[in-house]
This record gives sequence, C-alpha cells and structure tokens, in this order.
Amino acid sequence: MANIVQVLVDAIALGSLYALVALAIGLVFGVMRLINFAQADYITIGAYALVVPTASVTPPLLLGALPAALMIGGVLLVVVVLALATERVAFRPLRNSNPSTLLISSFAVSYFLQNLVMLVHTGRPKSVGIGQGLASAVEIAGVRIPGVQLLTMVVAAGLLVALVLFLKKTPLGIQMRAAAENFQMARLLGMPANRVIALAFAISGLLGGAVSLLLTIQTGTLDLRMGLMPVVYAFFATVIGGMGSLPGAALGGFLVGVASVLLQTYLPPDLRPFRDAGVFTLVILILLVRPQGLIVTSAAKERV
Amino acid sequence: MMKSDAVFHFWFPVLAIVVPLAVIVALTDQFGGLSLQRTVIEMLISIVIVVGLYIFVGNSGIISFGHATFMAIAAYASAWQTCCEMLKPITMSGLPPFLRDQSIPLLPSALVSILLAGGAAFLTGLVLMRLTGLAASISTLAVLFILNVVYSNWDSVTMGSASIVGLPTYVTAWLAFGCALLAIVVAWLYQTSAFGLAIRATREDEVAAAASGISLYWSRLIAFTLSGFVVGLGGVLQAHFLGTVSINNFFLSFTFLALAMLIVGGMGSLAGAVAGVVVVTTIVDLFRRLEAGISVGGGQWSIPAGTQELIIAAFMLLILIFRKNGIMAGREIGLPQHTHREKGLVHG
Repeated sequence: MANIVQVLVDAIALGSLYALVALAIGLVFGVMRLINFAQADYITIGAYALVVPTASVTPPLLLGALPAALMIGGVLLVVVVLALATERVAFRPLRNSNPSTLLISSFAVSYFLQNLVMLVHTGRPKSVGIGQGLASAVEIAGVRIPGVQLLTMVVAAGLLVALVLFLKKTPLGIQMRAAAENFQMARLLGMPANRVIALAFAISGLLGGAVSLLLTIQTGTLDLRMGLMPVVYAFFATVIGGMGSLPGAALGGFLVGVASVLLQTYLPPDLRPFRDAGVFTLVILILLVRPQGLIVTSAAKERV
Repeated sequence: MMKSDAVFHFWFPVLAIVVPLAVIVALTDQFGGLSLQRTVIEMLISIVIVVGLYIFVGNSGIISFGHATFMAIAAYASAWQTCCEMLKPITMSGLPPFLRDQSIPLLPSALVSILLAGGAAFLTGLVLMRLTGLAASISTLAVLFILNVVYSNWDSVTMGSASIVGLPTYVTAWLAFGCALLAIVVAWLYQTSAFGLAIRATREDEVAAAASGISLYWSRLIAFTLSGFVVGLGGVLQAHFLGTVSINNFFLSFTFLALAMLIVGGMGSLAGAVAGVVVVTTIVDLFRRLEAGISVGGGQWSIPAGTQELIIAAFMLLILIFRKNGIMAGREIGLPQHTHREKGLVHG
C-alpha cells in the first residue's frame, strides 16, 4: 500500500514539474503561436548560472554561493533577462511570420544558446551541490517523501495558483488571455502587444528558472541537455492538452509525468530503458484519437 | 522542334542545378586535395538528404524533425546486411540468423535498406498525416525521440549508442553525384506532377485546397513516403561513406543542420534546397578549417571549437529575419519566360 502511495507521490512530483514547463511553453504559444525550443536552454542556462565558467567537473559556485534567497532571485533574474533578450533579438522581428517559421527560428535560437553554453562551460557534465539540506526525507503517515519532491510539489502548486490568479484577476493577465484568444482583436481593443508578449516571455523565463533550480537540487548535476527532456515532454504535453489551452497544457504535463513514472515502475526491468519511447508512443496514440488535443480551443482551428 | 523545346524548358531548372554540380565534382576530382574531395562528397550526400527532406517539407510547408529517423533506419539496415561478417555474431548477437551469419551483396542491401526507410515513412505517415500543422511537426519530433531511445538501448542489435564500424566504404564522388542527380530528378518529377501541384496548393491554403477536392491526408502521405525513400538513400550513402554508423549522428544536431540547409536556401524550391546545402557546407567547412587552426604569418591561429555551430545558427536566424524565404526565395532557376510563370505559381 505504502508502495503505491510512494509511486503516486513520484508521479505527482514529476507531473507537476512537467506541468510548469508546459505552462511556460503554453503561455508563449498562446500569445505568439510560437513553440519555443529555447525554453530548454533557459532551463540549462539558469542552472549553469550557479557555477563559475571553467573546464572543471566540480566548478566553484557563482550564484550558487549566495544565500538561498539571493541565489533564487539571481537565477530567476538571469533566466528572465535571457528570455526577454531572445524575444527582443530573435522573435520580435519574426512576429508576423507563420508558425512553422517561428518554430524553426526557435530551433535555431536553441541551437545557438546550447553551443554558447558549450563554448563557455565546455560540454562535460558537472556536479554542483546546492540545497543539500533538502535531501533528507520527510515521513508523512508511513510514507517517506524526499524533501526535494515535497519542494517540487509545493513550488509547482504555488506557481500554478499564482499564475491562475494573475491571469484571472489582474488587468495584464486578462489582456494576456484575450491575446491568446484572438490576438488581432485584442490589439484593436487596445491591448499593448509588445508589453503582453514580453510579459509572457518573462513569465516563461520565471517558470524556467524555477524548474532549473528544482532540477539541479534533484540531480546535483549540470548537463548541456538537462533542459531538453523536460521541454520535449512539455511540447508533447501542450500538444495532447490542446494547443493554446493553458489548462490543457497543465493537464498534459501531469499526464506525461504520471505516465512516465508509471511506466518506469511497472514495466519489466528489461524494457525500462525504453520508457521514453513508451510515453512518446502514448502521445501519438492520444493524438490519433483526439487530433486537436484533449481541450480544444479556438486557437486550434485556423479561421478562414 | 517545338516539342524538344518544351522538353528543354521543362528540364532547364534541373539542368541549371545539376550542370554546375557536375563541374564542381569534375574539377575537385581532378585538381582538389583529399580533404576538399571529401567535403564535396559530403556535400553531395547532404544534397540527397536535404532534397529528400524538401520533397515533404518544401512541398507541404510542414516542418519535419523526424526525417533523421528514416535515414537511421536505412543506415542501420545497411550496416546489418553488409558490415563486418566476422564480428557480427559477437557484437550484434540479437540479429536474426540470416543477417548475423552472412553478408548480403551491396546493391541488393542498399535497395532493401531504402525500401525499409520508405516503408517506415509510409507507416509513420499513416498515423502522423492525420494531424495538421504544428501538431504534425511536434509528432515528427516524437518519432525522432522514439527511434533514438529504441536504437540507443537495443544493445544486442544496434550496439546501443556505440558506433558500428567497418562498413564497406564504396561511395565515390561520382556515385554520390549520381545519387544526388537521381534525388533531384525524382523531386522535380514529383513537384511538377499532379500530386506535387496538389500538395503545393495545400501549402498555400489548406482550406481552399481542400475545398477544391484535394485530400490533405493523401497528398501529404505520398510526399512523406517519397521523401522517406530519398532520405533513406542519403542514409545508406552516408553510412558507406563514413564506414561507421552511430545513432547519435541521427539526432537533433543533424536534424538542425539539415533543416538549416533547407531554410537558408529557401524551402519553397528545389533550387533553394540545393543552394542551401552548397552555402551551408561551404560555411561549415570554412569554419571547421579555422577551428582546426591555420598558420598566419608564421604563427598558428585558430578559433575556439564550437564557433562554427554558433555561426550557422546565427546565419540561419538572420536569413529567417531578413530574407525569410531563403536565398532562392521559392524560385527555381528558369529560362526568362519560364521564371515569370513559376513566380506566379509560388507566390499566388
């Protein structure tokens, strides 16, 4: 019994992590029809900002050496600035392009950033120890929950609630939802396009920074591709959730996270390495049944 | 007389691509150094691959991240059939006996591998072409990841993420040129056929094309399958040029480079696909040489490794921002009166 609860906790923790990334992807897609590959590099660069650029495998800490609050603030700031910079330099000039061009351009931005990190930090995986105090497990009703997972769930839940409140209650949030619904119309009604899009990128950077901290605390390693798998999972999450739907993105994130943990637990050991293939096949199967995703929005269908 | 004139007009865009390529091959074959010759062969193989990619992406307007999958399938299939007869029973013990204990002659093995790639593309397309636009693009990414996960972990058959070495290397410049020619001719015949015109109509306007009785599903499925065959040919060529096959060579970096070539040249036309390969190959080669180091004024001088990737990514972004239809801007290289008609067709 405790075992099942343990699996459930794992599933929810991973699911909420993917939901955060999926929301970041979904927000930007909503206002710009851009699927942002570079989100992976926001996460990676956020994590690499913790250490001094050297070729060493155990590099000295940079932002990671600061007290917790400053460290968190610093990482979030780095990623937000990075997200805004990519928006300004690469995506703003392309704003009126079709979605395919935008997709390709974000692929190029991602490739650029990834190689930039490699140039600065070298391609070797590094180890970094932050938040060691969180490694100890907390015991709740006979189930041992690692502190990191608890933290992931709490942070994810907190950010989700904050995001919902922001989108529902603040003028900017409402403008953002209007932009996602019908960008042209919202603009005609006075929605400040530049500000709303920049804000969407800033929030995606904020979420990316949070994810990079959570990932680094969990694994204790830095890797050039550390952001890749969460973001790829998040892509699939937004697609099966229904493109352009934020609840859909969060739901999809939970689904792929849960599916991933369940497959990891219940597949026979020989097949476990193929877990990701299983999840991705599941994604394609869901799309076969519901090509528009689970939650269909008006954004899914082009207007004629 | 009129008839042969029309034939000449029809084939002129192909000739305009192929003849300069033939000149490059002939010149480097005669006068070029070994490393230049290898670069030219790599370029010709890239032309096969990118033209294959173009058959689907260029004509349908849907970005595919999944074509490296079909290349990998063909390359591995060819490796299983032709590689290292002595070592196979040990390194790839999971192969069925008819593959494990013998080698298959080169030509039939190449054909079988290409057929497999095309077949895989057809099966994938059956599922994915039901999706439209971005959902289809993201699903092709899922296919790429599925294959990567499976081949990296299927140790007894693919040697996991290790390289299979010792494939017979039979690819010469003229063979690669012949294959590039074949790919270009196939792409040209396809894009000027009724199927090609239909899918180009769906690229310009899905709704109008569907309203004119064009099936989005079938026209895309045909293009996807055909492009699967052609990139499969590219996969076989690459495997037998390098002599090694490794799954990591068929993943995101490769996908990026192939797409960059297509985008830089302009994905709207065959001439664009080929021009993109030539330009990007030139840049990559130039910076590779600079990264390796050159001697300037007696001193050794080099740029840091990885600069080449940054340059390519930045170049691609600049093209997207300032010339988003690529160098060729969707045009073929036609005779004067022909150019006019092509323009109307592409931008209409």
